Amino acid sequence: MSELYQSVIDTDIHNTIPSLKTLYPYLQDFWRDYLEESAFVGPDAHDYPAGLPFSARADSKSSDGPPGSQMELVRSNTIDAWKAEIGILTCNYWTTSIHHEDFALALSSAINDWQIDAFLNPEPRFRASLVVPGQNPELAAQEIDRLGGHPGFVQVIVPVRSHTLYGKRHFDPLYEAAVRNNLVVGIHYGGASGHPPTPTGWPVSFLEEYTGMTQLFQSQLLSLITEGAFNRHPDLKVSFIEGGFTWIPSFIWRMDKEWKGLRHELPWLTEPPSAYIHRHLRFTTQPMGAPPDPVHMSQILDQMGSTDLLMFATDYPHHHFDSPREALIKGIEEPLLGKIMAENARNWYALPN
Amino acid sequence: MPRHIVANVDEIPPGERKVLEVDGRSIGVFNVDGEFYAIRNRCPHQGGPVCEGYLTGFLKARIPGEYTYTRQGEILRCPWHGWEFDVKTGQSWIDPKKVRTRSYPAHVSSASAVQSDPDLETGPYIAETYQVSIDSEFVIVEIP
Amino acid sequence: MTVTSAETKTQVREQHAAIDCDIHNAMPNDVTFRKYLPTEWHAHHQSNGRRGHVGSGYPRAVPHAARVDSWPPSRLPPGGDLGFMREQLLDYWGFDYGILNCLGGAGGDLNLPYAAALCRAMNDWQVSEWLEPEPRLRASLLVPYEDADLAAAEIARMGDHPGFVQVLLVCRTREPLGHWKYWKMYEAAVRHNLPIGIHFGGAGGGPITGAGWPTHYMEDHAGMSQAFQAQVASYALSGVFDAIPELKVVLIEGGFAWLPPLMWRLDHHWQHIGNGAVPLKRLPSEYIRDHMWLTTQPMEEPAQKAHFAQLLDQLQMNDRLMFATDYPHWDFDAPTTAFPVELDSDLKRAIMADNARNLYSLL
Ligand code: FES
Repeated sequence: MSELYQSVIDTDIHNTIPSLKTLYPYLQDFWRDYLEESAFVGPDAHDYPAGLPFSARADSKSSDGPPGSQMELVRSNTIDAWKAEIGILTCNYWTTSIHHEDFALALSSAINDWQIDAFLNPEPRFRASLVVPGQNPELAAQEIDRLGGHPGFVQVIVPVRSHTLYGKRHFDPLYEAAVRNNLVVGIHYGGASGHPPTPTGWPVSFLEEYTGMTQLFQSQLLSLITEGAFNRHPDLKVSFIEGGFTWIPSFIWRMDKEWKGLRHELPWLTEPPSAYIHRHLRFTTQPMGAPPDPVHMSQILDQMGSTDLLMFATDYPHHHFDSPREALIKGIEEPLLGKIMAENARNWYALPN
Repeated sequence: MPRHIVANVDEIPPGERKVLEVDGRSIGVFNVDGEFYAIRNRCPHQGGPVCEGYLTGFLKARIPGEYTYTRQGEILRCPWHGWEFDVKTGQSWIDPKKVRTRSYPAHVSSASAVQSDPDLETGPYIAETYQVSIDSEFVIVEIP
Repeated sequence: MTVTSAETKTQVREQHAAIDCDIHNAMPNDVTFRKYLPTEWHAHHQSNGRRGHVGSGYPRAVPHAARVDSWPPSRLPPGGDLGFMREQLLDYWGFDYGILNCLGGAGGDLNLPYAAALCRAMNDWQVSEWLEPEPRLRASLLVPYEDADLAAAEIARMGDHPGFVQVLLVCRTREPLGHWKYWKMYEAAVRHNLPIGIHFGGAGGGPITGAGWPTHYMEDHAGMSQAFQAQVASYALSGVFDAIPELKVVLIEGGFAWLPPLMWRLDHHWQHIGNGAVPLKRLPSEYIRDHMWLTTQPMEEPAQKAHFAQLLDQLQMNDRLMFATDYPHWDFDAPTTAFPVELDSDLKRAIMADNARNLYSLL
């Protein structure tokens, strides 16, 4: 398996808490009682229906907690199995989707402290993502400054389903804190904002919702660029995680075309939108949404206009492929293969050689 | 270079324009603060009548909220897809090297010079103006 | 300002057949409108007037989002003067046919019986003032699409008029359009042999993104392609094409470069995830390629022209692309210059005319 690749960095491995009780030692007494008394069960999201085989690989299940909650199992199924140098954990426990903002901050801090104890301390090959209450950027910044200096954290993670579009100035405190602490901002599939997830209302089936999240990534990208987020924060780096990538060329064509005619409304954009994408965005490879014809995949890779944009991800424990061989993007050769499998992520997250 | 009389100076006051046909080509003649500029009325993008668009300014900003509005009346915005062109040079803002409309030298000539210039070819407008305002000044456009 | 664009005119006329699949005619004013509005609605029209899903507007780049050069000398609104439309569009470019897609939100009024009356008035006006005087024009039937029964009644009333060639919906609806609440409307359309056209725009009450309202016109304008993607996914996964096999859907003014990646991800994830309680008999992309058509405008413009040919190859819908100008709107595509690459002549004929001729049964 790993002999297929020279080196591997996995940029999307989901870890999560075994149960809310796990967090009790990390919470103040009143939050612990609030949890108990309110019978809180977790953020209101249905990103991965529990009964769907896709939601968790068979080998990710354990009697000790949900998939992703047991460090040893995660390690053996991901970085050990792939002989990966580094695995970036993307905890998608969406405190951003909890309406009570102080409670969301308390839970975020507890989760992050638990991540240090349960994953980062025992396994130096792991890096983690800071869970923050993205709905309140000031509070998020507080949490980023509290732990952003910890060498195990390389990213701040927020769900793509936000209350407000991520390009807005509203998020400046979060972005300033991320940049101050040399952290990437990861925008990840999922979340629950209460808004319909599509511009045309609530979808009927999970498949419609799951595939439709790509459109929301497109909306967030439009927002980040048109709002001048990268003009306001020239050092801001954003990873789009689990949002696919084959849509990027067509998106660029449309956006660059629009900019030529509507530049006067967005005068801070001194270059076409594609230039900002190439500088400030990276995309993880799963779910690939690959065309059946490998020729079309090579066309897409070429049309992206840069070989720096893609970062390999297993998206563990979600089921996208049965073996590392299947995870390969068909037809890709060195040096692009090496960049996607490890080097792009190494540069982006400033990981050691 | 064939030169065409395209207008009587008074006819295009500052901030105004005139779009007309010269030698089979549609051309816009603009008066920007007393200086005349002529631009081919065909957008390099999809061929829209660029000279019929808004004549506006150039908005700049480092970041949202910090607006600087410059060069008012010097930026021509194509009436189709909104590409912006510098009326003085025909250059497009979005890609100044690759995209530009054709611009032609335009200048003001006095009536006596018109009469005595053997190179001058008369444009379509000439019949009326030449006759009636012999002491006035004309706008001349050179078409290569 | 005197306008003379004869230069452009002399070089554009090509001896190809051409059909424009997206032209916007406009109601000139309320006086004309009231002539066609059923009298029982005049009092309501006067006292309450039109009410839509407010709060979804953005100041557009130009008034009426119209080409600055499209205001008729009559001072009627762009698209409101048939004579000028003939001159500036139909004659100028030599179109054999043009399909009118009248916008303005009649079908989207919150008071649905009133919306039905508005649509009725607009359709009667289109017959008398556009279809009868100009044989090159065909029109889309406006319906109150949020109520399938009312929409079906209007389709039954006017669907056999030879001038109407499709039923017009907007892209921003209250529910994704595969939803069963719309199916009776589709059945009615199929009974009258009319495709369903879905046009850019509209307002369904929710924001244009899944994360709230954006700030800029560009986000709304470019954002419509996200709405189109949601509609296509909804159609493909809803089972409507198995339930109503004759249903044809035309996506108008959505562009088309986003469709291949959408088809890939629908197919791929359907194979992995399944579609819950709605079983599909075929790949989602097969339903799309069998049941859907696309107009070309706004044409995507890759920086490298070769990518456009790759896009057509990925799309595999050469028999489904139909040329459209979107006249009189500012993002107008000109028939002679819109394509980033020179198409081979068979393909060009198909896109410029034959595909639309077949779909809309134009002679
Ligand atoms: S034709 Fe002028 S901007 Fe497109």
